[in-house]
Amino acid sequence: MKVTKKDLETVALLSRLSIPAEKEEQYTQQLSAILDYIDNLSTVNTDEIQPIAHVLPISNVFRDDVVKESLDRDLALSNAPLKDEGYFKVPKILEG
Amino acid sequence: MKLFEQPSHVLHDMLVNNEITSLELTEAILSRIDEVEGDVKAYLTLTRDEAIAQAKAVDEKIARGEKISFLEGIPGAIKDNICTKGVKTTCASKILQNFVPPYSATVVNKLNAENAVILGKTNLDEFAMGGSTENSAYFPTRNPWNTECVPGGSSGGSAAAVAAGTAVWAIGSDTGGSIRQPASFCGVVGMKPTYGRVSRYGLVAYASSLDQIGPITKDVTDCAHILNIIAGHDDMDSTCVNEAVPDYTKALVEDVKGLKLAIPKEYFVDGMDPDVEKAIRDSIKKLEELGAEVVEISLPNTAHAISTYYLIAPAEAATNLERYDGVSYGERADGVDIVDMMTNTRSQYFGEEVKRRIMIGNYALSAGYYDAYYLKALKVRRLVKEDYDKAFEKVDVIVCPTAPSPAYKIGEKIDNPLEMYLQDVCTVPLNLAGLPGISVPCGFSSKGMPIGMQLIGKPLDEATLIRTAYTYEQSQDFHKSRAALGGK
Repeated sequence: MKVTKKDLETVALLSRLSIPAEKEEQYTQQLSAILDYIDNLSTVNTDEIQPIAHVLPISNVFRDDVVKESLDRDLALSNAPLKDEGYFKVPKILEG
Repeated sequence: MKLFEQPSHVLHDMLVNNEITSLELTEAILSRIDEVEGDVKAYLTLTRDEAIAQAKAVDEKIARGEKISFLEGIPGAIKDNICTKGVKTTCASKILQNFVPPYSATVVNKLNAENAVILGKTNLDEFAMGGSTENSAYFPTRNPWNTECVPGGSSGGSAAAVAAGTAVWAIGSDTGGSIRQPASFCGVVGMKPTYGRVSRYGLVAYASSLDQIGPITKDVTDCAHILNIIAGHDDMDSTCVNEAVPDYTKALVEDVKGLKLAIPKEYFVDGMDPDVEKAIRDSIKKLEELGAEVVEISLPNTAHAISTYYLIAPAEAATNLERYDGVSYGERADGVDIVDMMTNTRSQYFGEEVKRRIMIGNYALSAGYYDAYYLKALKVRRLVKEDYDKAFEKVDVIVCPTAPSPAYKIGEKIDNPLEMYLQDVCTVPLNLAGLPGISVPCGFSSKGMPIGMQLIGKPLDEATLIRTAYTYEQSQDFHKSRAALGGK
């Protein structure tokens, strides 16, 4: 699987990463080599095989709906890069 | 042997018999750190004052005639992707360089309840992505057996600290071999328990369906004791298994008679280091002499495990690491709007390997490629697991190398990510299948570097792994060898 410059741009956008021009060649080569190797999976017959997302036979873990102690707001906000009156503060989201 | 060379169980007995105090022991380890940490560089953060205070509190308890628990007063270290309340937890990433968790991981709470002395936080590959600790955003850790070599990874700091005597025990995490492979490279014991045996609450997520916390120790006895402390159900982790925890120390018996061990032929790969192959074959022969029955088996889908792992782990990582967006915690870079701010933050503060894995993951998950890559990997994951299910109908333990080679030189593989991934061939299949595995020292290469034997067990059958590993360990002296570190 050859990863093109355009593929790299698309996947970088999805990943919220910007790739500097001088690194594009290196990344396309490395990602191509990795995906080339991974392509050996296409030789495996999985027609009748159900996917598994994880290995434990556990599903729908419930607990009683009881309020428990949680982090207080100041502590929860203690690592925020920017905060204001008990809220996380971010740059402008909406235009206008 | 010097204090810093002793395992926890010997030191525990010395504390109980009033031969040493916890303060003497902790100071001995701290002076060992002063002596060799400059060469090894296992730690990202040291908590000397807290360690001393904890040691003094344990000594007061002993002086009052109170009984102490196994790890009480014994100094160890925690991998820096496990949250410690009030103590910086960086994941060896610049993006968390100032992150101080407001809570502790369940494992850390359990160790604190035990009054274990915590010396600090150990180095790793950034977000546990790597097998050499060279991907740390701060500095590479060095192998105590030869400081020009890598300690393995990603729990390289934890394994190197135990091997160098700068921690008596350590905690690591294992997503594709990150406890077992550095244990093998550093000549110590490392166990990845069954997926869900130990709570992951407070472990910074890399690949959630594969991650598991486990002990790195100087011998199998310490491993059993520490697993007793950290295993068990936790309401804070919905993937944690709700099954009773047996007393793993009861498995510390020298007896493998009647056990059926299997050698999977696919694990003796082309290009395997001949010293490794010889050490493993000799060890298997030893186990046979000790009374185990040995058969050869085939796990045919092993050949696809690396590809499967390097789709599933990056896909989960791409999702898990979306949280580093410069909003609620971690570093933030400037930007004209929110998308610009997020992109700049992630581009500036993530390292190369992390970016590579996020991009592979998003590629595999993206429209047009999802079925061919991610979904395909989930199907092959079932095939890998079914290979083991079938094998374990007939055998008790699978025996193989932990890694295809001993520790290599720093810088040797770092420019070729694919070659680095291929080194994980013996360890990743267990994570895909959720099985427990332990690496025990089983010899040295012609250059004097440690070699590890991996034992793989049935789900939740850590006890049989401990029994087999202990019987083997007691039959030889590899676990008593210590890294020379230039005679220090």
